Amino acid sequence: MPKIIGERIKRNEDPRLLTGEALFVDDVSIPGMLHAAFLRSDYAHAYLRSIDTSAARERPGVVAVITAQDMGDEWQPGPPLVSPPPTVKGVVFHSRPQVPLVKDKVRHAGEAIALVVAESRYIAEDAVEDILVDLDPIDAVVDIEKALHPDAPLVHEDLESNLAAHLIQQRGDYAAARARADVVIKRKIVIDRGAAGAMENRGIVADWDAKSQHLTVWDTTQAPIPIRNGIATRLGLSESQVRVIAPFIGGGFGPKMMMHYPEEILIPWIAVKLGRPVKWIEDRHENFFATTQERTQVHEAEIALTKDGRVLGVSHNFLHDSGAYDPYGLTIPLNTQSHVMGAYDVPNYYSDLKVVFTNKTLTTPIRGAGRPQGIFVIERLLDIAAKELGIDPVEIRMRNFIHPDAFPYQREIIDQAFAPLILDSGNYKPVLEKAATMIGYDRFVKEEGPRLRAEGRHVGIGLVSFIETTGVGPYEGARITVEASGKIRVATGVGTQGQGHFTSFAQIVAEQLGVGVEDVHVSTGDTSEFHWGTGTFASRGAVVAGNAIHASALAVRYKILKLASKVLEAPEEELELEDGQVRVADIPNMSISLGELALLANPLRGAVEPGTEPGLEATAYFGPQYGAAAFGVHAMILEVDPETMMVEIKRYVVVEDCGTILNPMILEGQIHGGVAMGIGNAFYERLVFDENGQLLNASLADYLIPTASEVPRIEVGHEETRSPLNPLGTKGAGEAGTIPVPALFAQALENALPDLNLEILEMPLSPNRLFELVQEKERDK
Amino acid sequence: MSDLYEVAVTINGKKYQRSVDPRLLLSDFLRHEINLTGTHVGCEHGVCGACTVLFDRQPVRSCLMFAVQANGHEIITVEGLGTQEKLHPLQEAFMEAHGLQCGFCTPGILMTLVPFLESNPEPDESEIRHAISGNLCRCTGYQNIVEAVKLASEKLRT
Amino acid sequence: MKPAPFDYYAPTTIEEALSLLARYGYDAKALAGGQSLIPMMNFRLAQPSVLIDLNNIPDLFFIRVAQEGGLRLGAMTRHAQVERDPLIAERVPLIFETMPKIATPQIRSRGTFGGSISHADPSAELVTVSVILDGSFRLRSQAGDRWVPAREFFIGMFTTQLEPDELLTEIAFPPLQPRSGWALLEISRRPHDFALVGVAVVVNLDEDHRCHNARIGLLSVGDGPVEAHRAAEALIGQAPTSAAIQAAAEIAAAEDIDPSSDIHASAGYRRQLVKVLTRRALSLAFERASTKPY
Repeated sequence: MPKIIGERIKRNEDPRLLTGEALFVDDVSIPGMLHAAFLRSDYAHAYLRSIDTSAARERPGVVAVITAQDMGDEWQPGPPLVSPPPTVKGVVFHSRPQVPLVKDKVRHAGEAIALVVAESRYIAEDAVEDILVDLDPIDAVVDIEKALHPDAPLVHEDLESNLAAHLIQQRGDYAAARARADVVIKRKIVIDRGAAGAMENRGIVADWDAKSQHLTVWDTTQAPIPIRNGIATRLGLSESQVRVIAPFIGGGFGPKMMMHYPEEILIPWIAVKLGRPVKWIEDRHENFFATTQERTQVHEAEIALTKDGRVLGVSHNFLHDSGAYDPYGLTIPLNTQSHVMGAYDVPNYYSDLKVVFTNKTLTTPIRGAGRPQGIFVIERLLDIAAKELGIDPVEIRMRNFIHPDAFPYQREIIDQAFAPLILDSGNYKPVLEKAATMIGYDRFVKEEGPRLRAEGRHVGIGLVSFIETTGVGPYEGARITVEASGKIRVATGVGTQGQGHFTSFAQIVAEQLGVGVEDVHVSTGDTSEFHWGTGTFASRGAVVAGNAIHASALAVRYKILKLASKVLEAPEEELELEDGQVRVADIPNMSISLGELALLANPLRGAVEPGTEPGLEATAYFGPQYGAAAFGVHAMILEVDPETMMVEIKRYVVVEDCGTILNPMILEGQIHGGVAMGIGNAFYERLVFDENGQLLNASLADYLIPTASEVPRIEVGHEETRSPLNPLGTKGAGEAGTIPVPALFAQALENALPDLNLEILEMPLSPNRLFELVQEKERDK
Repeated sequence: MSDLYEVAVTINGKKYQRSVDPRLLLSDFLRHEINLTGTHVGCEHGVCGACTVLFDRQPVRSCLMFAVQANGHEIITVEGLGTQEKLHPLQEAFMEAHGLQCGFCTPGILMTLVPFLESNPEPDESEIRHAISGNLCRCTGYQNIVEAVKLASEKLRT
Repeated sequence: MKPAPFDYYAPTTIEEALSLLARYGYDAKALAGGQSLIPMMNFRLAQPSVLIDLNNIPDLFFIRVAQEGGLRLGAMTRHAQVERDPLIAERVPLIFETMPKIATPQIRSRGTFGGSISHADPSAELVTVSVILDGSFRLRSQAGDRWVPAREFFIGMFTTQLEPDELLTEIAFPPLQPRSGWALLEISRRPHDFALVGVAVVVNLDEDHRCHNARIGLLSVGDGPVEAHRAAEALIGQAPTSAAIQAAAEIAAAEDIDPSSDIHASAGYRRQLVKVLTRRALSLAFERASTKPY
C-alpha cells in the first residue's frame, strides 16, 4: 500500500481558491434577494424605552423593519449551546442565553435592537439611521473584578449578582501540600480580551422555497448540522426541510462555532416570513460587537514547590468574563482548568472558578479557548519559581514533566466535555530537547546571550511547554462512495475553514483505496450531503472526522475486496488496490478498475444478493473515548529596544507532537498561523473598553492584527507520539500554535531585560504598557 | 435617491457598461454587479487588503473607490490571472508553497504581488514582507506566502 | 458599512471644480484620493451631500521644477507617483524618504499629496514634513487665489485655512540649502499604522560645520503638526555633538510638546519616544548634512 498519509501533498481546494472561483457565503446571489442590516445599540447597558420605526418603514426600498415586539411569541432567547456541567458537586450555573433582538434592556454595545430588510444593503443601512430609539443608559459592568461587588449594577436583574457560574475543582490536598512546601509563590495574573479576526466576517443567506416548503441557508458556521437542527426547531420545520450549507469559510478560529447567533435565527425566520431570499453580511464594524470574543480572566494563582523545584501543588482562584450572556457554558474556563497543570505532574490542585456577567460582547472559544490563560499561569509561576530557586527554566520543566510511563495520566478533574480529564499519551522530554537544540538554547545562554549583552543589546531567550487537549467527542461520521467514474466521493458533517480538509481527508481515503488524492472529492459542511455530526472545533477535525473517514474507507475497502475477489476469482488476500485498480498480486493483467467494479455493484438488472447492499459505499462513525492530548515546546529569541520598547522576534522555534501527522505541509501551516495569532495575543491585540463598556478600537486600523512585518519566520520540528484513542493515532493541532505564545513572550522579554527584574504578569502587552511597567520598576528602585 | 451614472469600464480585458448609484463602492460593483466574486471584502475601511484589484495596473483598495470613478479605466481582478486548468505562475507558486489556507485574503494578496513582482522581480524576504504588509492574513502566519513569492519570482524569471 | 447617498460631480477643469465648490460650499466635500474620506463615509462618520471628484482634472496632476530651484506638485499627484519620481529624490529627499512610510502600497496608488495636506491629520507624515520644509500651498476659489505657508495653513485637528469654497491646487517646496541633512523616523506598531510618534528633521550646517538652522517637526503629539522650536533654537550655533543633540532631544520632549494619551500610547510614552526619535533623527540628519552634497 503506497504511503499517502504523512506526505506533503498539495491541496485539492487550492485552484478554486486561487482563481476566485470558490464559493463564500457573500458570493451567493439569488434573484429577488433582499438585504438585511441591524440597528445596534450605541450603549453597553441601557433600558430600551421606546422605538419608532415608522420613518424607516416608509423609506423607498425598505421591505420590513422588525423589533422584538414585532416578533411576538416567536421572540425567544437561546437556545444555549452547551448545557451546564452536571458532573461536579456544588456547581452553580445560571443559564442566560442570548436574545434575538433587545426587548427591554441592552446588555452590551452592539447588541441588535432592530432588523431592517431592504432591496439593497445601502438602503437597509439608510433605514437603520431612520429608526428612532430611546435608550436610557445605566452604569455598565465592565471590570470583572468589580462585577461581583455588592454595589455593582446587574447585567441580569433577575439574578442576585453578576455571578454566572461557580465551580470548584480539586485534586489531592493542596493545603497540605502547601504546608510542607519549601517555596510558595503567589501572583496575580491578568489576561485581557481579543478578537478572532477572521478575514471573512460572518454572513447568512436564507432562501425559502414555498412550493417545495424547503429552506436553504448558507451560513459562515463551523457547525452546519447543529445550526440546521436549531433553525428547524425554531421555525417549526422538520430537519429534512432545512438544508444548511457552510461553503468555503474565510477563517473560523472559534467564533463561527457559536450558535445560534441571533442572526442565524432571524435571517432564516424573516426569509420565510417574507417569502424572499434574504442576505445578511456582517461588516467589520459589526464584527467587533456582534461576533464573540475571548480571553479575559483574572487569576490569584499560587504554586508550592520543594527546594529542588518539584511542584507539590498549584492553586488558583479565578474570574472569567462571560460577557452579557453565557450560551457556551463553561467550555473556556474548564479548558483553563485543564491546562493550569500544564504538562506537569501536579499531585495537588485547587481551583475556584467564578464566571461573571459583564456588559460586553459574549465570550466563546477562540483558537486556544481558555488554554492560553491556563498555560500562561503555570508557565509564569514556574519561571518565577525557577528564578527564586536558582534553577534554569528549562531544567525546572524537565524535572516536572509527566513521565512517559505515567500515561494514560489521570488529572482527576473534569474537562470541557464534563468527562474525567485524562492525558492519553506523551513523551515530553525529547520534544523539549529537540526545541532546545533547534534554538541553540545552551549556546545562547552560555555564549551568545552574554556576548550580545556585552555589546549593549537587549536580547532574550525563552522556552516554554504546553499541552493541548484536543479531539473531543461526541462523534463525527462520513460516507464514502466509489462512483462509476472511478472517482471517490466523501461526505462528512464538519465544516471547513481553511484547514485543508479537502486534502488531508482525501489522503486518508486515497491510502486505503489506492487512488490518487486528486481523485477523492470531499464534501464538508452541507447537510444535504451528510447530516450527522457536530462541527469543527476544539482541534478535532482531523482526529474525530479523520478517523470516521478512516473507518468508512476501511469499510469501502472491504466491499471492494469482496466484490473484486468474486469478479477476479482470486482470494481477497491476494488483491491489491493501486492506481484506481484492483489487481491480483503478481498477475498484472488480472485487474479491474474501481469504476467498473462500482458499476457491477450497482446493476440495472438482476438481483442484489440478500444480505448485501448495492454500491461501493459505506458510512461509518467515530467517537473517541476521550480527548487526545497534544504536546509542544516553543522557543524564541527576541530583542527589545529599551528606549522605545519595540520588540523584534529574531527566531521562533516550535516542536509539536500531535501524534500521527496526516500532511506535514498543512500541519506546519496551522502552526505558523497559530503562532501569528499568539503573537497578536501577546503584543498587539487587545480590545479596549472604557468604563461605560464602549469598545474604543472597533476597526482594523486600531485593533492590531499582526502583519507579515511582525510575524517572524517560524522553524517547526515534529515528534510523533501516537494517540492510542484512535486508529490513525492522530491528535489535534489547530490551536497548538497559539496557546503558549504569551507565556513564551513574557519569559523571553524578562530574559532580555535582566537588570530590571521585570515580572510580566499580564497579557496582552504593548510597547506602551512595557514602558509603564519599566517605569514602575525604576520608580521602585 | 441620487441619480444613476453611466460607467464604461474594462475588466479583465472585457468591456462593461452599467448605470450605477454614485455611492456604490467599486468592491460591491465588481462583486455584485459584474459578479466577479473573487475580489473579497474584509473591512471596508482600507486596512485588510482583501479587496485589492489592479486599477490601471496599480494595486488599489476597491472598497475605497466608487464604481463611478472607474469610468474609462481598466481593472484587473483575480479572475484575470489564471484559470483552474492553467494557473498563473504566482498562483501555481501559492499552491506549491501552501501560501493559502482559507483563501479569503488570497485574491487581494495575489493582486498586490503581481505589480510588486513586475517592478521588483528578485525581492528579498524583507522586501516581500513589506510588500504584503498591507494585506492581513489570519491563517498562514505569512511564512508560506513569503515562500510562495520567492518561488513565483523564480518561476517568473525563467 | 456603506456610505450614505450623495450627489456626485466629476469636473474636468479647476474652474469647474471651483464653481461647484462655490455653489455647494459646506455641503460639499472634494474627493481627492479618498483614502481617508471614503473610510469615514463607509463608517458613516462623514456624510457629505455632494462629492466633487477631482480625479478627472488633468491640471492637478504634475511634478515640476520651480524657477527658484524648488519643486511644484499638483495637488492630485498620487503618492505612488511622488514615491517614484527622480525629481523628488533629487530636490526634496526628505519627501522621497517619507513616501514609503505612508500607509500601504495600495493606499499610495490612490492617495494624493494634496488630499493628505487638506485632510490635516496630525499623524500624517506629509503634513509635518511640509511644515519643516517650508512648503506652501496654493488655495484657489472663484473669488481668489492665494499662497499660504504650511506653518500657517494647519489650524488644528483636521482643520486648515481652507475655506469651504477653496481648493488646494498646488504645493511648492523651496530648494534645500547647501550642507543640509534630513531624516524622518517613526515608531508605529505595524508598518502601515499611523505613527505613535514621528520626528521629521531638516538641519543645515554653516561653513564651520555648526548648526545654522534646524527644523524639527513632530507627528502625533498634538492637534496638528508640532514644531519643536525650543529644541531647534538650542541647536543653532552649536557643533552637532552627541551632547548637543541629546540636550535638544530632551528639550523637545520636555518643553516643546503637550501630547495626549490614547489607547495606543500614553502622554508619558509619547514624550519618551519624542526624546529618543529626535535624538536619532538629528544624529542622522547632521551626519547627512556633513557628508551629502546638499
